[in-house]
Amino acid sequence: MSGLQLEESAGFDRPTIEYIHRAAASGLYEIRGMGAKRRVPGFDDLLFLAASLSRYPLEGYRERCVTKTVLGTRFASKPIELAIPITVAGMSFGSLSARVKEALGRAATEAGTSTTTGDGGMTEEERASSKMLVYQCLPSRYGFNPDDVRRADAIEIVIGQGAKPGGGGMLLGQKVNPRVAQMRTLPEGIDQRSASRHPDWTGPDDLVIKIKELREITDWEKPIYVKIGATRAFNDVKLAVHAGADVIVLDGMQGGTAATQTVFIEHVGIPTLAALRQAVDALDDLNMRGTVQLVISGGIRSGADVAKALAMGADAVSIGQGVLIALGCNSDSYVVDGKHVPAGEDYAALGTAPGFCHHCHTGKCPVGITTQDAQLEMRFDPAVGAKRLRNYLKTLNMELTTIARACGKQDVHHLEREDLVALTVEAAAMAGVPLAGTSWIPGQGAGR
Amino acid sequence: MANMNPVPAAMEFDLARDTLRQLNLHLHRQAAAAGVREVHVRNPDGAHSVACGLDAELDVQIHGHVGYYVAGMNKHASVTVFGNAGPGAAENMMSGRVHVKGFASTAAGASAHGGLLIIDGDASLRCGISLKGGDIVVGGSVGSFSAFMAQAGRIVVCGDAEDALGDSLYEAVIYVRGKVRSLGADARFEPMTDTDRAAVKALLAAAGRSEDPADFRRVASAKSLYHWHADANQEY
Repeated sequence: MSGLQLEESAGFDRPTIEYIHRAAASGLYEIRGMGAKRRVPGFDDLLFLAASLSRYPLEGYRERCVTKTVLGTRFASKPIELAIPITVAGMSFGSLSARVKEALGRAATEAGTSTTTGDGGMTEEERASSKMLVYQCLPSRYGFNPDDVRRADAIEIVIGQGAKPGGGGMLLGQKVNPRVAQMRTLPEGIDQRSASRHPDWTGPDDLVIKIKELREITDWEKPIYVKIGATRAFNDVKLAVHAGADVIVLDGMQGGTAATQTVFIEHVGIPTLAALRQAVDALDDLNMRGTVQLVISGGIRSGADVAKALAMGADAVSIGQGVLIALGCNSDSYVVDGKHVPAGEDYAALGTAPGFCHHCHTGKCPVGITTQDAQLEMRFDPAVGAKRLRNYLKTLNMELTTIARACGKQDVHHLEREDLVALTVEAAAMAGVPLAGTSWIPGQGAGR
Repeated sequence: MANMNPVPAAMEFDLARDTLRQLNLHLHRQAAAAGVREVHVRNPDGAHSVACGLDAELDVQIHGHVGYYVAGMNKHASVTVFGNAGPGAAENMMSGRVHVKGFASTAAGASAHGGLLIIDGDASLRCGISLKGGDIVVGGSVGSFSAFMAQAGRIVVCGDAEDALGDSLYEAVIYVRGKVRSLGADARFEPMTDTDRAAVKALLAAAGRSEDPADFRRVASAKSLYHWHADANQEY
């Protein structure tokens, strides 16, 4: 048909118009799961400079490359020893089913790494299946109790989360089933909101005292992690170090969530890449590299991402969304009795499709992962999920060591920023590495 | 190291001489095994985390003022402070009894799941914040935002309450005898029932107090914020 005026506005494009229409109709902001979907500078914008004439590589299949990682060496008498520098991020029972939590523990244990509780407390399933379990102390304190503090392997004080730094948690009513409600001391079916601040301390001076309390309760055995949502990463990392953290977990804006306002996910916080460099700079400034370990999270997907994170100065990474996808999140089918059952219609009923789904908040996960529905959660088989996740973690570790060997490193922790270059000016500036083919690091002198 | 009391079932620590670590280690691992039932703590001098993380039926008596988190995460034990307490007294208590004979600073009884916290004097801001089933009796008044997001349990306030009492309450109930400067979002006064009066009477008795339950008013959640909706005007 001729004569149609179809010039789309850059500012008021169709998604923006749809957003305004929805807001006008409902008077409510959108809530969704997963992480930021916008493109931000990230690890894809970095490349490795492997061995060449000026560097000597290791033989890829024969020479040893150490992946052992120890976290919590600063004050704890029982640090965490991991076989690989890849951990499973904190995700709550409530957002995930108990069967999923069990699978996370199984896979992490088989891979020699740790998994982490989340808002809502520790389930028996995850404790039983996890050799190394990090117990989160969150502002809500849902289900938080001294028995679980004592049977955890480390404590993680959560200040914020990359998807929503400064924001509290959400768990919509359809996921607050009787067990979740009981664990969180809440009425069934309510739209649950978690506090954004801890109830019994405020600010870094108080955090010093809170950490010491947890150390006293655990007789100084357990490592104390402090998890920060990445915003003012340089200052926050310094403050956490001063507060006495053994380990700092820094979560960039690409990090996921089970349910948060879209405006938060897309517009608050800084990219993982930028946060990581600031954190490393802070540790260097305090001469605390190696004393306080740094775990980076927020959009880590591949062994290349892990390698780049370690080269940038992280001691380990933590993965949430990648882990869920490994379990089957966004798959077009789920497995029952060894057979794949198509899930396309269930995605369609949510108004989405495999590969696009971020409907964790609805509790209607088509593949039974982010649900508390008794029937839906049976779509997830913990044994199948654990095997897939173990394979994923193994693949990441193999990719990591492949890159490390190519860079001539006998230990993945020997990867360094000097091994990296950036593809874009933005990534070069954020990561503090040269733009590829130059010696120019934006903001650090003229270069060539 | 600590002085042995002539009575084997009691011990005394002097924090002017003994370390906090020695005290707490003894309370965690040695006292119950050694048959010690009563521990006296002298010269706390504002120390933080005194008698935190207890998990035995001990009677701990602290003679002086303490800092943050006295009796934090308490289970089973009875802890008495003959003085004032800093922030977070009996935070996340699971069971047992904590009695502050003087005043308590901010966040007393924060996120306590069980047990009874008694404060003879006033309690500062956010008393009973995030309460999860514990009981609190305050002989004096409470500061602003007390019982913020309190989920379960009961708070008895014999004096007055400052601003935003019970803001964003869930299922916890507050009984106030004096004036309330303002209620928080979704909190409301409700009629006292016989059950409420009996509960107040029992809690006062447990705290060794003699106020008349008939003088108290009940504050509970209107439950209008239990579900997201467009008319809530950000009061979540």
